[in-house]
Amino acid sequence: MDMSRERHHVDLTTSKSGNALLRSMKKGWQLYVLMLLPVLYIVIFKYVPMYGALIAFKNFVPTKGIIGSEWVGLKYFQRFFESYEFWRIMKNTIWLSLYQLLVGFPFPILLALCLNYVKHAFFKKSVQMITYAPHFISVVVMVGIIFQVLDPRTGVVNSILQFMGMEPINFLGNPGYFTSIYVWSGLWQNVGFSCIIYLAALSSIDPSLHEAAVMDGASKARRMMHIDLPGILPIAVILLILDTGRILDTGFEKVLLMQNPLNLNVSEVIDTYVYKVGLASTVINYSYSTAIGLFKSVISLVLLLFVNRLSKKVGQEGLW
Amino acid sequence: MKSKAIKESNGDRLFNIVVNTTLFLFTVSVLYPLVFIVSASISSPESVMSGKVWLWPVDFSLEGYQAVFKHKLIGTSFVNSLFYTGVGTAINVVFTLMAAYPLSRKDFYIRNWIMALLVFTMLFSGGLIPSYLLVKDLGLLNTRWALLLPGAIGVWNVIIARTYFRTTFPDELLEAAQIDGCSDFMFVRRIVLPLSGPIIAVTTLFYAVGHWNSFFNAMLYLKDQSMYPLQLVLREILVQNQVDSSMIVDVEEAMAREGLRELLKYSLIVVSTFPVLIIYPFIQKHFVKGMMIGSLKG
Repeated sequence: MDMSRERHHVDLTTSKSGNALLRSMKKGWQLYVLMLLPVLYIVIFKYVPMYGALIAFKNFVPTKGIIGSEWVGLKYFQRFFESYEFWRIMKNTIWLSLYQLLVGFPFPILLALCLNYVKHAFFKKSVQMITYAPHFISVVVMVGIIFQVLDPRTGVVNSILQFMGMEPINFLGNPGYFTSIYVWSGLWQNVGFSCIIYLAALSSIDPSLHEAAVMDGASKARRMMHIDLPGILPIAVILLILDTGRILDTGFEKVLLMQNPLNLNVSEVIDTYVYKVGLASTVINYSYSTAIGLFKSVISLVLLLFVNRLSKKVGQEGLW
Repeated sequence: MKSKAIKESNGDRLFNIVVNTTLFLFTVSVLYPLVFIVSASISSPESVMSGKVWLWPVDFSLEGYQAVFKHKLIGTSFVNSLFYTGVGTAINVVFTLMAAYPLSRKDFYIRNWIMALLVFTMLFSGGLIPSYLLVKDLGLLNTRWALLLPGAIGVWNVIIARTYFRTTFPDELLEAAQIDGCSDFMFVRRIVLPLSGPIIAVTTLFYAVGHWNSFFNAMLYLKDQSMYPLQLVLREILVQNQVDSSMIVDVEEAMAREGLRELLKYSLIVVSTFPVLIIYPFIQKHFVKGMMIGSLKG
C-alpha cells in the first residue's frame, strides 16, 4: 500500500533498479538520521532489558553475567507457583484491580453526563478546574495527604467522627480498610481527569439528535438515557475492556508507599513483591524476582492481546 | 442547552436540580481535602494537634513554612528537582520530536516497523530487575543520569506528536517545499518546529509534571542524599514519618513538639505541590487538548 505512494515521491530520473528501501533511504536519509538516536535509545533501554529477562531462566550471578550464568529452566517460576505467597499475592492483585475498576469506571461517566447539561459556563468551568486538579498531585504527596487526613489522633476525619460522637477509627492500622482507602482516594484524584475523554465523546454527538428529541418532547433525563449514554457507550466499552486487560497492573508506587507491616497481608501485590524480592530484601535474588516479573508481563501481554481481539469482535475499535 | 426558548417542564427542572446537586457534591468532596490542607498549613501547631482545624485556619501562623525553609534537605532537593525536571524534560521533548516527525511521514519507508518496535514496548517490558541491572551495568547507578536517561521517550507522547504532525502538515506542503529544493532538515527547522507550538507545549507539560512528581527511579538508583529529588525527601517525611531533627537548624527544641512536625507536613504538601498548581490554570487547557489529540487514533 505504501509502494504506490512511494513511487509517486521517487524522482523519476533515478534508476529503477535496487530495492525500494535503499532508494527511499538515499532520498530521505535525513529522516533516518533523525530517527537514529530515538531508536538507539529504545533498543538500549527497552529491548536490552527484555533480553536481560533471560535471567529468569538462569541462576544469575552478577560476576558471571547473563550469558555465563547457568540455565535452570523453569525452576524459579515453579518456586513462585508453589510458594505459599502465590495465591495471596494473586488474590490481592486481582481484587485491588477489580475494586478499582468497579469504582473508577462509573463515576467519571456520571460526572461527564452531568457536566454536559450545565448551562452556567462559570459553574461548569469551576467544576472542571477543581476536579481535574488532584490529578497533578504526586503519588508521594497523595499518600502523605491520606496519612495526614486519616491519622488516628490528629487526622481531620477522626476529628469529625469524634465531633459526631463516634469512636475514632484507626484507618491505617486496620488492614480491612486498605483496599477501600486505596480505591476511593484514587477516585478522588482521578475522577475529573478520567471524565475528559467522555466529555470529548459527548461533544461529538450530533446535536440534531438532541434537537429532534426536544421537538418530540423528550425530557432531559430521557435525552441523557437515550442519546448521551448510547453516544459514549463505544468509548466506555473500549476503556472497560482495556482496563480488564491491565488487571495485573496495580498502581505499584502508591501501593508500595501505603504498605505497612499491619496491612501487608492484603496490600502485597505482584509488583511490590517483585521489588522486595529483587531489590529490597536482605537475600537478594535477581533471578527469582525477574521470573515473577516476567510471569506478570507475559500474562498481561496475553490478556491485552485477548481483550483487544474481543473488543474488535464486539464491533468496537481495538487499540491497534 | 438548545431548549432555552421552550419553557422547562417540571421534570426538566427536577433534572437540573439533580444534576447541579451531583456536581456540587463532587466538587465539594474534591475541594474539601485541598482546602483543609492549606488551612492546616497556616494554623498554629497547637490547633492542628488538638483537631480544632477542620475547614478554616485557626490561630494563623507561618511556623510550618518556617520549618520547611529551615530544613536543609528540602532546599537542596527542591533545587535538584528543578534540575531533573528542566534537563530531563528538555531531553524528553527533543527525543520525542525526533522520533515523531519521521514517523509522521508517509514516505518514511520503515515507519511501520519502527512504530511496531515502539508500541511493543508499551505492551511488554523486561521488568524491574533487568532494567535495574542495565542501569547498573551502564555505570549510571548513583548518578544524575539515572533519572534523566531511562524513560527519555514516552511512547504515548510520540504517538500524540506524530498524530499532530500528520494532521498539521499536509503532503502538498512538503511536496511544494521539496520542489523548491528544501531538505528534510530544513523543512523541520523552518516549517515544522515554528508551527508546533501546541504539541511542544503539551509534551513538555506531560513530561515536566512526570519528572516533578516521580520518586521511584530516584529511590531505586540514588544513594547519595545530595542528589535526592524533592519527592524522595517528601517520602521520608510524609510517608515514613522520619523528621531528622539534625536537619533543622535552630528549631530543635520546637521540633520536640510533635505539633510542629505535623504542621511541617501540611506546609510541605503545599510547598511541593505549589509549582505544579501555580501553573495549572494556564496549562489545564493544554492537558485537555493533549488528551484529545491522544484519543484520535493515528
